[in-house]
Amino acid sequence: MNIDKKIVDDLVANDVSFVTTVPCKQLAGVIDEVEAREGIFHIPSNKEDEGMGLCAGAHMGGKRPAIIMQNTAIGVTINTLATLTQFYRMPLPMIISYRGELREPVACQVEMAVHTKALLAQLNIPTYHFHWQKDVEEFDNILKYTFMCNKPVAILTDANFWGGYGDQ
Amino acid sequence: MIRSEILREIAPILRDQLVVCNIGLPSQELHMIDDQPTNFYMLGTMGLSSSIGLGLALSQPKTVISIDGDGSVLTNLGTLPTIANNVADNYILMIIDNGSYGSTGDQPTYAGKKTKLERVAEACGCENVVVCQDVDTGKTLQAAIDSKKMTVIVVKCDSGNIKLPVITMDPVVIKHRFMEAVKA
Repeated sequence: MNIDKKIVDDLVANDVSFVTTVPCKQLAGVIDEVEAREGIFHIPSNKEDEGMGLCAGAHMGGKRPAIIMQNTAIGVTINTLATLTQFYRMPLPMIISYRGELREPVACQVEMAVHTKALLAQLNIPTYHFHWQKDVEEFDNILKYTFMCNKPVAILTDANFWGGYGDQ
Repeated sequence: MIRSEILREIAPILRDQLVVCNIGLPSQELHMIDDQPTNFYMLGTMGLSSSIGLGLALSQPKTVISIDGDGSVLTNLGTLPTIANNVADNYILMIIDNGSYGSTGDQPTYAGKKTKLERVAEACGCENVVVCQDVDTGKTLQAAIDSKKMTVIVVKCDSGNIKLPVITMDPVVIKHRFMEAVKA
């Protein structure tokens, strides 16, 4: 199974047509797939809170948005999630590279990983953790759930899910 | 002129457009001067007026005006390269540059010192950057609307605020009303 293709297929099938991204090594393939796909407007952001602002505008313009980012972004975007996305009741699937989990080679990434789920829980953000490749089968349901309830929803995807870092 | 005087003067122009209005006093002033369903008032999230406006402009055909401040643009300076590289000709970013953080007590911003936001915008790749004085805001804004070219306007004006109440409208009501106006 090509995970990158499956994720973007599900986005398209759920009418997601506006995707903003802040890059991560693990997400490179899915970002390439988003860029290549007709029917998705891909707009890279310089920072994740900026991206959430873009998504808020797209939502109000009648498009279904999504953001692709690292879990370090949770530290950057708490105010935006609380005072924009949640306060105005906006749907936002957040496809998140869960750095600092099993098979992570960079120690510093663990420092935000240990806070990630606690912060999401504190924000009452529905959170799903993809650890095995088969977990991606839930993605379609998660997207439907997100646009049903008009909330930000986190999908944490760790290194094991993406197949690790090879020889690192 | 101070910001509220500018907003009062351009209200008849704004009335016919989709407006994303910056957090704090700018939204409170616009709400008091000429509340419209076509106004999206930011109740929080400093810095994102320009991003919300760009996302909206890229997602539907109507003209969108983001009313921003120099302090808020400095907070989200990464917005300018994103705007420059994702041209939406139905988008106008109007930065009311009074050189101060008005909503928090008029502390000076760097834009009121050495930093020139118009030059930052140009360096980021924005192609139509217009600087105007407060008294010329109306005609500059109308020209930008008529040009149907993405435009960044930097309005130079005085700092200063008026006393006025906070917006008590529920955020979901603001959004719903606005989205209905977008679709209309």
